[in-house]
Amino acid sequence: MKYFLQRMLFYLFTIFVAITLNFLIPRLMPGDPAERILSRYEADPNAIAAMKIALGIETDKPLLDQYVEYLKNTLSGNFGISYVYYPVKVQQVIQNALPWTVGLVGISTLISFVIGTLLGVYAGWNRERASGISLLMISILLRSIPYFWLAMLMVYVFGFRLKWFPIAGAYSSRQIMEGFQFVKNVLFHGFLPSITLIIASLGGWILTMRNNMVAILSEDFVLLAEAKGLKKKDILLRYAARNAMLPSFTAFGLSLGFVVSGALLTEIVFSYPGVGFTLYRAVISQDYPLIQGLFLIISLSVLTANLIVDLTYGFLDPRVRV
Amino acid sequence: MRKLYVAIAILGIHLIIAAFADLIAPYDPSEIVNLPYQPPSKEHLLGTDRLGRDILSQLLHGSRLSIFIGVSVGALMTLLSTTIGMLSGYYGGVVDRILSTLTDVFLVIPGLPLMIVISAYIRVRGPLVVILVIALTSWGGGTRIIRSQVMSLRNRDFVMALKSIGESNFRIMFFEMLPNMFSLIVANFFSAVLYGILGEASLSFLGLSDVSKITWGTMLYWAQSANALLNGMWYWVLAPGVAIASLGTAFALLNFYVDELTNPRLRRS
Repeated sequence: MKYFLQRMLFYLFTIFVAITLNFLIPRLMPGDPAERILSRYEADPNAIAAMKIALGIETDKPLLDQYVEYLKNTLSGNFGISYVYYPVKVQQVIQNALPWTVGLVGISTLISFVIGTLLGVYAGWNRERASGISLLMISILLRSIPYFWLAMLMVYVFGFRLKWFPIAGAYSSRQIMEGFQFVKNVLFHGFLPSITLIIASLGGWILTMRNNMVAILSEDFVLLAEAKGLKKKDILLRYAARNAMLPSFTAFGLSLGFVVSGALLTEIVFSYPGVGFTLYRAVISQDYPLIQGLFLIISLSVLTANLIVDLTYGFLDPRVRV
Repeated sequence: MRKLYVAIAILGIHLIIAAFADLIAPYDPSEIVNLPYQPPSKEHLLGTDRLGRDILSQLLHGSRLSIFIGVSVGALMTLLSTTIGMLSGYYGGVVDRILSTLTDVFLVIPGLPLMIVISAYIRVRGPLVVILVIALTSWGGGTRIIRSQVMSLRNRDFVMALKSIGESNFRIMFFEMLPNMFSLIVANFFSAVLYGILGEASLSFLGLSDVSKITWGTMLYWAQSANALLNGMWYWVLAPGVAIASLGTAFALLNFYVDELTNPRLRRS
């Protein structure tokens, strides 16, 4: 119980740090961010003052007052109004983007984890054979490829050249679709980015699981199982793979936290209207409240996943519970 | 062993190209030598870019800054994680509490978005900023590994002996314990370089570095902003990516090799 309390305190503290970073980073940089953004509109001072009030930026106040104000707003989920999507609230922009990312990256992460872990079990078991070694080499190579580059090649080959899949967006906006037709259209658009994400993250899963397997297979209890003359299949699945799964499972839980932010570059290449693409647009046009809101949501999702992993780990591994 | 040879061969080729880029490259990478957007030909094996500069020459020259940034990130990250991990593992107690909490915070706050947000607000762009942004946001993982290693070394007899003869803490940490974890630090360094190479490529691709400098990442940025793929100039995208992936693979192989060497459980029984 003390352990859980400590973890909870840690997460509360980290949330506080993330929120504060969020507040400090833009203000530590030179120049008045509000002026900088509004000056692009070439408005006269009165208009700028009016706009500042409308957007909720009051940079004339002392930093501490701003911080208190900011904390209040953040805790009540009020991130202000987006500049790019003016006059839509930041909260609304995030709500629109979030389901796309969670759907695309969530499903891709799950598929990649399952395939990668199975391949990792295989590569670990056959580590001396050609098949195991080539799987290892492929995963090392996959880990070194910039995944946005892979996304670009996918767009080129399967979208542009072969014209099998659409090259941008999450659905066709030109036609009105209903029910099943819309679902089909969304799946069709999501296929290529999803495959890219699966391939790009596969290497990591294979490597993690393979190394766990190799380490477990050198343990005495596996040797004992072999000496007892147990079936190969039982040793592989019930003894080795089951134990080797544990660290992979933790990694999977943590990676779920990165779902919201993980597909950033892939989303940008595919112009997929999720959190990553929105963050990119916000950064390019210095949409200050939107950047803050998105960064906070991204941090919170990672923290939540970490917390869940911490809490469930005790159930998976009895050794932690003591 | 074969992993090591492959890695050294790839790395060697890259280093030779970087060192002799002036001699190998057919043109000055920043000089306009032909019409823009020329397809590959005998004069320009990879065609020309939006201003009519030779892409092959850019690729060869780009290796310099790309390798430099990758290795610098690796060095800085390793320095940070070794120092912080060492202090936190060696002293324990309150020092460890504070430093581990700091490490955990950095581990948990997502790296790439943080890098993007920081780079978006910093208006000074350049290789040094890129190196600092990547290294300062990403040292958490290595720190944890070093810390746990130091904690297991802390109670060994040789450390006890050194303490009892009154050796200074600094000397024990950095002259006696450090050599004992050298291979771990080296493995950390290699994976940090890989991280730096990929990080530079990502930030540059987003236009968050100085895109007037030539790196493989900025080449991809310009290729993307010229819609190279949709205009059929696939070679412009393919070449820098292959360069990044091959250099990255060399460091990933080195990391794996050192890992296998030092962790007997990963070796064949």
